[in-house]
Amino acid sequence: MQFLSLHARGLDLIPALLLGVLLLLGAGDDSARIDRLGHQMMCVCGCNQILLECNHVGCSYSTRMRDELTAAVTRGDSDNGVLQWFIQTYGTTVLTVPTNRGFDRIAWIMPYFALVMGIGTVVLIAGVWRKRPPVSSGPSSGGSSSGTSGPRSGGSSSSSDSQLHRFREQARRETEL
Amino acid sequence: MAELGSFVLLLALALSGYSFLAGLVALIHKQPGSERLSETARRAGIASFGAVFLGAVVLVTAALRNDFSISYILHHSNRDLPLPYKFATLWSGQEGSLLFWSLLLSGYGLVLRLRHKTDVRLFAHASVVIAAVQVFFLLLLNFAAKPFAVTQGAIPTDGNGLNPLLQYPEMVIHPPMLYLGYVGFTVPFAFALGALAMKYPGEKWIHITRRWTMVTWGFLTCGVFLGAHWAYSVLGWGGYWGWDPVENASLMPWLTGTAFLHSVMMQEKRGMLKTWNMWLVFGTFWLAILGTFLTRSGIISSVHAFAQSSIGDWFAWFLVISLSVFTFFFVKNRSHLRSEHKLESLISRESSFLFNNLLFVLACFTVLWGTWFPKISELVQNRKVTVGAAFYNKVTIPVALLLLLLTAVGPLLAWRKTSFESLKRNFLWPSLGALAVGIALVVLGVKPWNDVSYFYALIAAMLAALVAFTVISEFIRGGRVISRHTGQNLGAAMVHLWHRNTRRYGGYVVHFGVALVFIGILGTPFNREAEKEMAFGDKMALGPYTLLCRSYTQEENGNYSSDLAIIEIFNGNRQIDTLYPESRFYLASQQQQHVPAIRSNLKEDLYVVYEGQNQDTGRPIIKAHLNPMVSWIWIGLLVMVFGTVLSLVPNSAPIRATARDSVEAGVHVRPAPVGAGD
Repeated sequence: MQFLSLHARGLDLIPALLLGVLLLLGAGDDSARIDRLGHQMMCVCGCNQILLECNHVGCSYSTRMRDELTAAVTRGDSDNGVLQWFIQTYGTTVLTVPTNRGFDRIAWIMPYFALVMGIGTVVLIAGVWRKRPPVSSGPSSGGSSSGTSGPRSGGSSSSSDSQLHRFREQARRETEL
Repeated sequence: MAELGSFVLLLALALSGYSFLAGLVALIHKQPGSERLSETARRAGIASFGAVFLGAVVLVTAALRNDFSISYILHHSNRDLPLPYKFATLWSGQEGSLLFWSLLLSGYGLVLRLRHKTDVRLFAHASVVIAAVQVFFLLLLNFAAKPFAVTQGAIPTDGNGLNPLLQYPEMVIHPPMLYLGYVGFTVPFAFALGALAMKYPGEKWIHITRRWTMVTWGFLTCGVFLGAHWAYSVLGWGGYWGWDPVENASLMPWLTGTAFLHSVMMQEKRGMLKTWNMWLVFGTFWLAILGTFLTRSGIISSVHAFAQSSIGDWFAWFLVISLSVFTFFFVKNRSHLRSEHKLESLISRESSFLFNNLLFVLACFTVLWGTWFPKISELVQNRKVTVGAAFYNKVTIPVALLLLLLTAVGPLLAWRKTSFESLKRNFLWPSLGALAVGIALVVLGVKPWNDVSYFYALIAAMLAALVAFTVISEFIRGGRVISRHTGQNLGAAMVHLWHRNTRRYGGYVVHFGVALVFIGILGTPFNREAEKEMAFGDKMALGPYTLLCRSYTQEENGNYSSDLAIIEIFNGNRQIDTLYPESRFYLASQQQQHVPAIRSNLKEDLYVVYEGQNQDTGRPIIKAHLNPMVSWIWIGLLVMVFGTVLSLVPNSAPIRATARDSVEAGVHVRPAPVGAGD
């Protein structure tokens, strides 16, 4: 019975505990939001540092901006609302990266576009190279072999030696050991 | 002194101008006597080094003697500046750094001209190109950015002092390293343009420039990493790379230069990528100049940038002219650059180089794009935007991981084509090892599904392990073969192996260093930090450490006054260290600067910053960062430099052995060289 009584008293405490947890979670959420949003903005003093990482002594902007950020988050403004307020106040350079709208989107698209184009070009080049006949079948090093003709059939022993030497050189270069 | 300095710079311009014009005339008019004219051009080029060197000596002497009648010394030095920093005055401002650039270029030119007998005609072409670039810099020094301009009005008794950010030991070596890299790429470019202009047969120019390129690349690598280390040790924000435009300017030629170091092997061995290599080496040179343009013109805002000045226009014109000249010769002589071989398989060393180059150039393009986008946005939509670290991290990390994958895979693929058996033999154990590393990290608590940065860190760790294991397995496999044939122990056999093909195995060591650098970088998502107003006896916990504020103190010397916090570091109940983060006030420049204190070990860095005092409460603020694995970045750099040095050592003579098996099989074969291919 005593156990049941204690259990009932424990149940009475649950709403209070839940409220406490929710409050703590809310506090945690605010600091996490401030941290997240503060890392999406630059200090505008010209130091080129993230707002929450600006460490200039006596920086005339970062302290004020951090206070403004904390105030905006505490009064419950949405993430977008906070960022828009900072853009209105300090200009678009306050954001650490271009937005994903309008012309700014090109900033994000271009590297991936270049990647796709690059891969396409490499594959295309590889395809063309696989199909074409070699300009020369001789080795290419040392400035002596460009434009040499391919292997010849027959010929004197000296030309065989020369061919053998060329192929040895080629094998040496291409096998690496 | 100002008069002497100005005179020698004018003399250097005259000598370089003569070297360029006489050299050019001698190359164009192949008449009797042109060789003598060419020789006078060469000697004028050599003499120009003496003149520029004397100019640099005069400027340094003026700094050492506190000669504030020279405006540059007035603005970049002061009486109490420590001696090494007075020496560093040479490159700490706009005009001095241009003089330093010119000095290095004339130094490279001197070496090139002294070694002209290697190939007189090719070197004469390269010498003309070097002289042309030198003329540009000397024009700047004589007419646009004069290091010996005199102070107007009464001469102050003391100078304005050196920028506090530059008063750090690494600033004595970081800029020279970076400039040696920047300037050094002029040499391979000069040979490339010379070879293109004269339709130089074969790939000998590549052999000649190989060492120049590797040495230059080594310097640039050192410069970039020392810059990162300087940022980490001085700027006090706890990071080492902020994707600032000036940092980007140093990274871009490094990326294309690295691509060139790889793709040039395709040309040497297979006679392929000739056009690509021409453009790559030109691009590297051009990006080095572009980087200088960025930092000098003020066109892109940066904390590192030199004062805005009109010399940006000079650089812009130089960029246009150099591009035009190179394009002209390329269009004129492009038929000379046809490939000699076909691609036989997509699974081959050739393909890996193609993709490696694609990724390096793509990374370079991304950095260039991000650096210029604020300007492009301003032009197009009349508003500036910021392109910060988040952009670069999002876009470049996947590319960097793909490059790391190729670093592991590429060297083990054979030229022409690679069989499945060979793939299995080469990759099975390294892949299993990398997989084991990944599993171990997940078991230890890295949860890649929690955050994309953890995912990247896990992949980077596995790929770095793959690189390390493939390098180690290559050394062991090759060492065993040598050991079997020579009876040496495995260690000696691996040294023997390296000596037979220093570039290949030195390159593997560089790759190993790259893997270590990635291990250092992948700790970033796990960084932690804490900040607290700390009075005497206050404590702050961070990770396994407890920071106890023991006291604050002050120091002063003629150069700066300093507030120091005395912070005792505890791990558990045991005191393991005492750190002294500082806040300095430089008297001459009237600027404040934080000097972080760093406790570094292989596992992590404890990075403590004295951020000054809370303006409301007057209480000192201490910020601490716990940055895992950072030391591995600097260790990786040392390994990369070591690998570069290893790859510069000449190969041992090829072992000449009779092909006994062939003889036994009844085929008569003359003794043939084996090994030493690279």
